[in-house]
Amino acid sequence: MKARVTVTLKSGVLDPQGKAIEGALKALGIEGVASVRQGKVFDVEIPGTDRRTAEAALSEAAERLLANTVIEDYRVEFV
Amino acid sequence: MCTAATEVRWRTKFGLRARPPHTRQRAMKSAVLVFPGINRERDMARALRLCAGSEPAMVWHTETSLPDGTDLVVLPGGFSYGDYLRCGAIAARAPIMDAVRAFAANGGLVLGICNGFQILCESGLLPGVLMRNAGLKFICKDAYIRVERADTPFTSGYTTGQVIRVPVAHGEGNYMADSETIARLEGERRILFRYTAPDGALSPEWNMNGSIYAIAGILNERGNVLGMMPHPENHVEPEIGLTDGRGLFAGLGHWLDGAH
Repeated sequence: MKARVTVTLKSGVLDPQGKAIEGALKALGIEGVASVRQGKVFDVEIPGTDRRTAEAALSEAAERLLANTVIEDYRVEFV
Repeated sequence: MCTAATEVRWRTKFGLRARPPHTRQRAMKSAVLVFPGINRERDMARALRLCAGSEPAMVWHTETSLPDGTDLVVLPGGFSYGDYLRCGAIAARAPIMDAVRAFAANGGLVLGICNGFQILCESGLLPGVLMRNAGLKFICKDAYIRVERADTPFTSGYTTGQVIRVPVAHGEGNYMADSETIARLEGERRILFRYTAPDGALSPEWNMNGSIYAIAGILNERGNVLGMMPHPENHVEPEIGLTDGRGLFAGLGHWLDGAH
């Protein structure tokens, strides 16, 4: 099984890297971009086929390491 | 104790080794944690040797216990695990950190500098998080920080309101926490150091990394765990020109003398 954990900054948390990317897009003349927020993607392979077990393991992984829940949210999806 | 300035004069005159004999009842036992990618552990060991009068134990991150009789645990600066994932995130999950948590819960003194501060935040020993500097640049220069209170184990070598000059070297020192946490830190007087102008005035211009409330260092609830971004261990020798960092280490020694 393959899963993807996406970690993004919570809304309201200042994202200077996203702002810098936003500025660079404007400098490139790319129109129609209102704002950019940067995040992280983890592609995880999981042995077995039990989705509930996998979901529990991935949530624990995100809570305890992949995301800092003070400033970040995460989302688990199977791909 | 003598002020940093008189000590500089004294030490310049008599040389580094001509220090009055240490009068502690028992030399402070400190342990410096070593994680892969840390690079300030030797500066820290040297500062502890010079200012606290004892050789620290260097403790590898895979250890599961601290040396017997440890008074102070130090998490030094550097780039543990190359800052992968988030600064300090991987080191915060190292085996030795369970021992550090137990040590802190028992009232032991813990000091985290720079990456060490980031590790303490990631491990849950301190609240909040250190984000990318507001100006996006790595900052490597001297900072002026104001000692907000001198009645703590970490600042008994200073006076309240004293401004000390110590270097910073970081890309992620922009302290942030939710408004409730910030209100608690402020209300419980747990903000120990703030970035200020040389005269001690708060101004955005001197808050170089954009930290909320110009926070440079904070205490945990119990007051025995300190995290700070600046490097006091690098201003302890007159040869470097400044000794403003000595107060922190010397103060810890004096405080422990009183406690033992």
